Amino acid sequence: MALQQSDVEKIAHLARLQLEESSVEGYVRNLSNILALVDQMQAVNTDNVEPLANPLDAVQRLRPDAVTEENQRDKLQANAPAQERGLFLVPKVIE
Amino acid sequence: MQQHTLAGLAKQLQDGQCSATELAQDYLGRIKADTTNSFISVTEEIALQQAKAADERRAAGNAGLLTGLPIAHKDIFCTEGVRTSCGSKMLDNFIAPYNATVVEKCAAEGMVMLGKTNCDEFAMGSSNENSFYGAVKNPWDAERVPGGSSGGSAAAVAAGLVPATTGTDTGGSIRQPAAFCGITGLRPTYGRVSRWGMVAYASSLDQGGPMARTAEDCALLLQAMAGFDQKDSTSAQRDVPDYSTSLNAPLSGLKIGLPKEFFNADLDGQMASVLQAAIDEYRKLGAEVKEISLTNVGLSIPAYYIIAPAEASSNLSRFDGVRYGYRCDNPKDLMDLYKRSRGEAFGEEVKRRIMVGTYALSAGYYDAYYLKAQKIRRLIQQDYIAALNDVDVIMAPVTPTPAFRIGENTNDPVAMYMEDIFTLSLNLAGLPGMSVPAGFIGHLPVGLQLIGNFFDEARLLNVAHQFQQVTDWHLRTPA
Repeated sequence: MALQQSDVEKIAHLARLQLEESSVEGYVRNLSNILALVDQMQAVNTDNVEPLANPLDAVQRLRPDAVTEENQRDKLQANAPAQERGLFLVPKVIE
Repeated sequence: MQQHTLAGLAKQLQDGQCSATELAQDYLGRIKADTTNSFISVTEEIALQQAKAADERRAAGNAGLLTGLPIAHKDIFCTEGVRTSCGSKMLDNFIAPYNATVVEKCAAEGMVMLGKTNCDEFAMGSSNENSFYGAVKNPWDAERVPGGSSGGSAAAVAAGLVPATTGTDTGGSIRQPAAFCGITGLRPTYGRVSRWGMVAYASSLDQGGPMARTAEDCALLLQAMAGFDQKDSTSAQRDVPDYSTSLNAPLSGLKIGLPKEFFNADLDGQMASVLQAAIDEYRKLGAEVKEISLTNVGLSIPAYYIIAPAEASSNLSRFDGVRYGYRCDNPKDLMDLYKRSRGEAFGEEVKRRIMVGTYALSAGYYDAYYLKAQKIRRLIQQDYIAALNDVDVIMAPVTPTPAFRIGENTNDPVAMYMEDIFTLSLNLAGLPGMSVPAGFIGHLPVGLQLIGNFFDEARLLNVAHQFQQVTDWHLRTPA
């Protein structure tokens, strides 16, 4: 199916992606081509076919609800672009 | 440059012909002189420390088969204290705080990490051109791609910069570059190798595996990599067989299936004749060859290019510019921070796949795309299960052609996706597969794909190893 520029802008917003204005047209074309490619699927009858989510049809393995991780906050936070006293800093959210 | 196998180097170490430290220094020197751009990071300090420890371990009589042997990891496996970039500007400054299970297991064997290899950004690509760190050159022809996404891992082995590497294969990313670079690569059954610490692209398809010159080396490395891991919720709870002991089993009576959907009039004539010659070698080894059918395999490109982007769009939502990775300058509010950090740091192909996935999962489209693709995935798997009831191993092309030129497919994503036509279905089914050097077209190597039953890696390695006893394609090296 062919997408419009407004579709791509909406998808980019949902995906939290800022697109260069000059690149939008290219995305409209490429994404439309990709969707045309995947549309081959619609011709296939899949009535009564069970969807396959995990190739081994495995179910979620459970474990006892016990703490196994040690506290590594400082180490893990060392990669944060902005942090202070164990908190991640972001632009002001609440006025 | 002289090329060595893991098995050959292991013997040299055992016999005291060289030390792990000398080996590490030799290979680090090769990497410094590299012109293929196979490496994103070289970890010289760690390598020399690990080599020293390996030599001490050997002196103390505690060395294993792999102790002291050099390895490089695809830069998508987390390595503690070392940049783990995933080939992306997003993670150019990311120092992993822990080791992936695969990295940990190799280190526990005493392997020596030389560095991190180049790859397509977040493993999305078939040419290694989607790397923030630049394209990798194919060692057989510097104007051509090494394949992708594990392009650096394949090129590094082919160029003799390291005897073996790790790769990951979500839609062909071990097998296709192995084929393009003339090396041996194995993508294991889904769940065989832990995904913990392997940065996720499409979680129901991703699987790490070994890349090396020979099947024997892949067996040695898979032995170290495979096994149940509590930390990976989809890890398989199954024993790991001894992959080396079955390598020498004779192939007489082996039943090989050739899918008629792959060996048809569309297959390039030169590719077909190289593959037929390889299959004839198997006949001489006593194998029986028959035609099989994988009726729905033609739908693997559409199914894959919904399922993988859908899972990617979800997995890559973690890159938010807040907790780690790239953050844009002077965000005006939180939404601006998210959008510009992601927009500025992700490359074109990653953005495309995130958007396709976001679209496929968005309200109103889920059933038509994602659910539909999962149902087709079931049909593709059922075809394989039926075929593998009838034959022991399936053989197929890995790629439609040998390595294409850098820049040849970059303007047309759909043309690039078509490169994956022979590899994707195996990932959708969850099966193991290999690429084995099978000949040349002109000066460029060609791979033969072997596809086996679930958890039958030992058979694949046996089938590949026996071929390598009667052919020398895997020993050819670029000029």
